[in-house]
Amino acid sequence: MLIHALTLKTDTILFHKLTASFSVTANLDAILSQALNELDIIDNLSNLDSLRVHYLGKKGLFTQHMKELGTLEPEQRKALGQIINQAKETLQEKIEHKKRDLEHAALLARLAHERIDVTLDGRGQGIGGLHPITTTLRRINNFFTNVGFSVVEGPEIEDDYHNFAALNIPEHHPARAMHDTFYIDMHRVLRTHTSPVQIRVMEAQQPPLKVIAPGRVYRCDSDITHTPMFHQVEGFLVDTQVSFADLKGVVFEFLRAFFEKDIQVRFRPSYFPFTEPSAEVDIECVMCHGQGCRVCSQTGWLEVMGCGMIHPEVFKSVKIDHEIYSGFAFGMGVERLAMLRYGINDLRLFFENDLKFLQQFN
Amino acid sequence: MKISESWLRTFVNPAISTDELASQLTMAGLEIDAVEPVAGELTGVVIGEVINMIAHPDADRLRVCKVTIGESEPLQIVCGAANVRVGLKMPTALVGARLPNDFKINKSNLRGVESFGMLCSEKELGLSAEAEGLMELPDDAPVGVNICEYLALDDYCIEVDLTPNRADCLSIEGIAREVAVLNQLPFQPLTVAPIAITHDKKLNVFIDAPVACPRYLGRLILNVNNQVATPRWMQERLRRCGLRSISALVDITNYVLLELGQPLHAFDADKIEGSITVNYAQNVDILNLLDGEMVTLDEKSLIISDDKGTLALAGVMGGDYSAVKPHTKNVFLECAFFTPVVIAGKARQFGMHTDSSHRFERGVDYQLQYRAIDRATALILQICGGDAGEITDATTESELPQRHAIELRAAQLQKILGVSLPPESVKTVLERLGMQVTEQANGWQIMPPSFRFDINIEADLIEEIARIHGYNNIPNNQLTLRGGINQAAETAMSLERLKDLLVDRGYQEAITYSFIDEHLQQTLAPSVHYIPLQNPISAELAVMRTSLWSGLLLAALHNTHRQHHRVRLFESGLRFLQDGRQTLQEKMLAGLALGHAYPEQWGEAPRPVDFFDVKADLQAMFSLTGYHISFESGEHETLHPGQTAKILTESGELMGWLGMLHPQLEKTLGFETPVFLFELSQDLLLHKKRAQFKPLSKFPSVRRDLALLVKEDVNAGDIVACIQSCDESLLQEVIVFDVYRGKGVEEGYKSVALTFVLQNQTQTLTDNEIDAIVSIFIVTLSQRLGAKLRE
Repeated sequence: MLIHALTLKTDTILFHKLTASFSVTANLDAILSQALNELDIIDNLSNLDSLRVHYLGKKGLFTQHMKELGTLEPEQRKALGQIINQAKETLQEKIEHKKRDLEHAALLARLAHERIDVTLDGRGQGIGGLHPITTTLRRINNFFTNVGFSVVEGPEIEDDYHNFAALNIPEHHPARAMHDTFYIDMHRVLRTHTSPVQIRVMEAQQPPLKVIAPGRVYRCDSDITHTPMFHQVEGFLVDTQVSFADLKGVVFEFLRAFFEKDIQVRFRPSYFPFTEPSAEVDIECVMCHGQGCRVCSQTGWLEVMGCGMIHPEVFKSVKIDHEIYSGFAFGMGVERLAMLRYGINDLRLFFENDLKFLQQFN
Repeated sequence: MKISESWLRTFVNPAISTDELASQLTMAGLEIDAVEPVAGELTGVVIGEVINMIAHPDADRLRVCKVTIGESEPLQIVCGAANVRVGLKMPTALVGARLPNDFKINKSNLRGVESFGMLCSEKELGLSAEAEGLMELPDDAPVGVNICEYLALDDYCIEVDLTPNRADCLSIEGIAREVAVLNQLPFQPLTVAPIAITHDKKLNVFIDAPVACPRYLGRLILNVNNQVATPRWMQERLRRCGLRSISALVDITNYVLLELGQPLHAFDADKIEGSITVNYAQNVDILNLLDGEMVTLDEKSLIISDDKGTLALAGVMGGDYSAVKPHTKNVFLECAFFTPVVIAGKARQFGMHTDSSHRFERGVDYQLQYRAIDRATALILQICGGDAGEITDATTESELPQRHAIELRAAQLQKILGVSLPPESVKTVLERLGMQVTEQANGWQIMPPSFRFDINIEADLIEEIARIHGYNNIPNNQLTLRGGINQAAETAMSLERLKDLLVDRGYQEAITYSFIDEHLQQTLAPSVHYIPLQNPISAELAVMRTSLWSGLLLAALHNTHRQHHRVRLFESGLRFLQDGRQTLQEKMLAGLALGHAYPEQWGEAPRPVDFFDVKADLQAMFSLTGYHISFESGEHETLHPGQTAKILTESGELMGWLGMLHPQLEKTLGFETPVFLFELSQDLLLHKKRAQFKPLSKFPSVRRDLALLVKEDVNAGDIVACIQSCDESLLQEVIVFDVYRGKGVEEGYKSVALTFVLQNQTQTLTDNEIDAIVSIFIVTLSQRLGAKLRE
């Protein structure tokens, strides 16, 4: 801009020296028309710039004419100066216009050139996924930690005492036969349930206690509905005034939250040596909505967990006064819940770790 | 236990359907596993009698029979059964009849002779799995009567899955008692008329183990006939309860076992020498049992013996020698009470489980024996004839179970159940359950009946009341759903977060068995002590894993065998090590990667995953912890010696390993590409540094690059550590940005290019200061590592 203004000023001075002449005018017309002709066929910005320099630059053709104005009479100079300026402006404008056109064309060309196939996949690392058992465990843990339970884990090679005796299952108790225990040696087993964690926590801490204990458990049993290893979540709560009604409330709310549905839940008397009263909990079959199907053996109900009030003998073995404290405990099979939640029909799939299976839960 | 509904209903007959009965029992804690009709669909089958029979003109084995079904014209039926004969009464399926398995009877033509129906076997009626010939009905069977009606086939087998505490329900009578309570109906135990004693012979019974056997009743019944057929009604009831008919005497003892829950044993009295003794085996002895098995007795085995030797394994099974046989004439009937803890586990010890041991180890009503032996005697006299003698009663009253009064406090009942029940309903429930109830100031005093071994303490009574009241009639209380304060420390790194990171970096979580094949264990880690299971379920699942790698490798193979050529897995869980006498159960986080570095795609050129891909994943985890966790060359028997890193915590503890599976193992296990493995101790990994703010410098940082020539055996980590050891406070960062070997670098050397980032908190660094710092680095590197500046 600055240079342009200076040029104009110089041109004005020269103007006064210029003598009017038709030959000059005619010459100007010829130059302008040639410039416009040349401009017409220009197809890129660099040629456009050369053209601008050639006609309008410091040593351009129009500038040279301006210089000649100095030799003219002031009036002629003025008149002719105006004519030259008009011609320059005309050309200037055409060049600007051409420049915009070329820039726009260049942009369009770039846009066209840079077009990509957005349907191609993104680049780089893929994503994996959690095992459905882990996902299920996290959902269970979240429910209970949100209502103040803490998560505790225990050993999987467990001694006889914590796995059985302290839970009111003495040697030769018929309940031991129900457990199909893996033995490490005379006094150590692979824990058959997560209940020993209950004992370990109560041995170490005084009530009030609000704990869940998730983990692997083992039974010497393998067929279409049993794997020798599976997962349980044990939960228990011990305080001064804990009742069966409290247990029912927790289990009821948990199951409805887990299945995200107002399902029917029923409590059925059962027997566990470490709880009394003991209950099995059934939910309305989530496959057939209680109508009866193959999954629920036509009963409309599915057994999902065992629970009960902690047996006084269990409190005695951990030296908690059962006259002061009461508590409830519950235990659920994680595979069972995961199968119902995700419609998995074969328990053994959980431990084959086939990617075709696992990736369905990503 | 399987029971026949119609048999149950002879004791108590509530006006509810089979389904309602089943549901009622289930909800009272006697879970019903199955309800099945005793016979399949059966219509159009009546009792017929063969009145005439001729050989089929064109078939040797077929007979053309005239069968009367009581109507005027006898039916012509062609039959091929061997036992068909004139005068035989059998089930006769008429044209249009439907038999089980959708078998429809049509008029047919058998080799030119028309046949209007079919004479049936038990198998064809769905009453047994096997049959030889036609089902023979007694002579007094009424011709023309529908077979379902005659055999009372309108009945269901109800399978009860009893919990071990409910020994009192291991009989028809016991379940009937429960049904009566639930329906508030009167209940009358089976009564048995006194037995007429017709001879005076007795066997002496000596109880040398009165704690184990507080009561033993015996009776001689002489001149029986064990070759008579067991009456059909009894056979049917046994069958519907899942027992096969064996012989009249055995069937009768089984019948009483089912009916009353009392196991009895019938000995052939002529095989018994002298007296009966109940005691533990005195020396190691062998007994041949009546099922053909042989057991070796020890001093813990309670046995029944005579003067000559062992007769039976008490409460479990009789011996073969003294068992009743078809020709048995004289019977010694045993009806005892054995103490549950003595019998418990005995059958299992010998790999057996009998109806008798099942009941004794759970507890038989110790007052039942007199009634049961009379019931069995009456049935023997009725069916097999004979003469009954006096009962030999060897009872040690002091060793019988003692029933104690139990206090039930109203307040405790309410505290435990969380609901207040009217006192009169509590009393009524307990009385209906057969308890003697005395009211007292704060509740009740209860004397439980002899058949309820499971009722000993207050909690037992509370459960009974809740059970009969109905668990679902107790409210759902939500008071315990109050939240608490989350106490998780900020310095605890959560495993969940690290697992999520691995997931985000393309790893799939696996869960593999904690026990593995012993051979695989030895192959992967020959020098590690592992823990075998005493009773593995199979050879593939026999020893506890000492590393999570074993399971991950198997899982990877499972997938590579199924056309997955890129596998990235991780697992968390325990590994089990035996360290001297100590068993270690350590929480680990392990992973595996094989195949391409990236999923198959257009955007990245395929290249196999390598050590540094997996290392980046680990370093991403470590950077979350904020701790400086270092990698050092190491040696591990499972890993490639040139591609193994020990992973060390800031304080130098061994946190785990990263490396390539040893190529030898890669081949042995059947992998076709290299496999990278890592395993970290969760205990050492799951710590997080709490962030600590440092003021930001206002002055620009400067970078200086250096290219060093070092020998091949100098690790990049050594160079960085060497620079850091200069303890230069202005040094912000050292980055290795290139490692070069080849043209211009002497063989055995490599060029390592580094960038230093320097920054001062208080002023802009001058060139002189920077040069001074860098030259200290160069001198130190040269002195310690023999590094030279590359020209």
